[in-house]
Amino acid sequence: MTAPDAPKGKRWAIWLPLVLFGAFFALVMNGLIRPADREIESAMVGKPLPVFDLAPGSPDRPGLATDAFRQGRPRLLNIFASWCVPCAAEAPQLDAIAKSGVPIDGVAIRDREEDLARFLARHGNPFASIGKDDISEVQLGLGSSGVPETFVIDGSGTIRYQHIGPIMDRDVAKILAEVERAEKPL
Amino acid sequence: MHMLARLALFATLIVSALAGPLAAQDQLPPAPYAYRQLEDPAQEAKAQELMETLRCLKCQSQSIADSDASMAGDMRNQVRLKIKAGEDPEAIRGWLIERYGDYVSYKPELTALTWPLFAAPLVLLLLAIMLLRRRFTRGVGDND
Repeated sequence: MTAPDAPKGKRWAIWLPLVLFGAFFALVMNGLIRPADREIESAMVGKPLPVFDLAPGSPDRPGLATDAFRQGRPRLLNIFASWCVPCAAEAPQLDAIAKSGVPIDGVAIRDREEDLARFLARHGNPFASIGKDDISEVQLGLGSSGVPETFVIDGSGTIRYQHIGPIMDRDVAKILAEVERAEKPL
Repeated sequence: MHMLARLALFATLIVSALAGPLAAQDQLPPAPYAYRQLEDPAQEAKAQELMETLRCLKCQSQSIADSDASMAGDMRNQVRLKIKAGEDPEAIRGWLIERYGDYVSYKPELTALTWPLFAAPLVLLLLAIMLLRRRFTRGVGDND
């Protein structure tokens, strides 16, 4: 059917499989070298905080309810847990932020009181209040998908910024800038 | 050598299985409806159907019905509680999408962004039919 001297115009077609292979190879290598971002951002940024009222997670701090975030000043809401290793890594940075005058409230996810007490004794307690969320109710309400996560809430209770993962040294300036931005209402 | 390698692998697996839960897992019992079915079978069926189409956020290739991650358990608890309270399954899906975006739902939705996915197979099929028709008509012409 195909003559040995096929029309010259079709000669390039012989390279097509190789080009296709090259394209797939590049795609796969790209996926290996730069894996896709699997962090799920909350769609709640810009929306009001869901209504909640959590019992205290620690005997020397009050519990946490939505009303705490409607006092006219921005606050940080930190989602953490004593069983979460990166939460220990961000403790010094949280402490520094609290010392710079930004109030931080904690939501302890699925935590036992004795574990929490040990964690706070070991890594410091920068929290103004700590609510215990034993069924991840507030976490789901906030659109948070892991620990630790930190939300900037403005003085009227609107979620303004979400930080996913531990707050490292390099993130502190950004968090403080977002707090300052939240001073002004939307 | 093979035996040794296999033994080493086995030991690593055991160690990581023992160390894993200690490293990053909570000690709290699961939420009330994480592993308990709803009392009303009709409601449970609705909840189950919905949970199979919701993505577990910790283990992103599983549904929350499939996953034993504690967060998936907490999501099942929320879904069952809402179904129990009489909420519509699609409203609950909407509630989650409002928080996590479309990513949380496995149910394919036809939107401005996704329509090419639905259109592409149809376009390809039409293209194939057109090509085949041309080829067959040309064949008839050649014979004449």
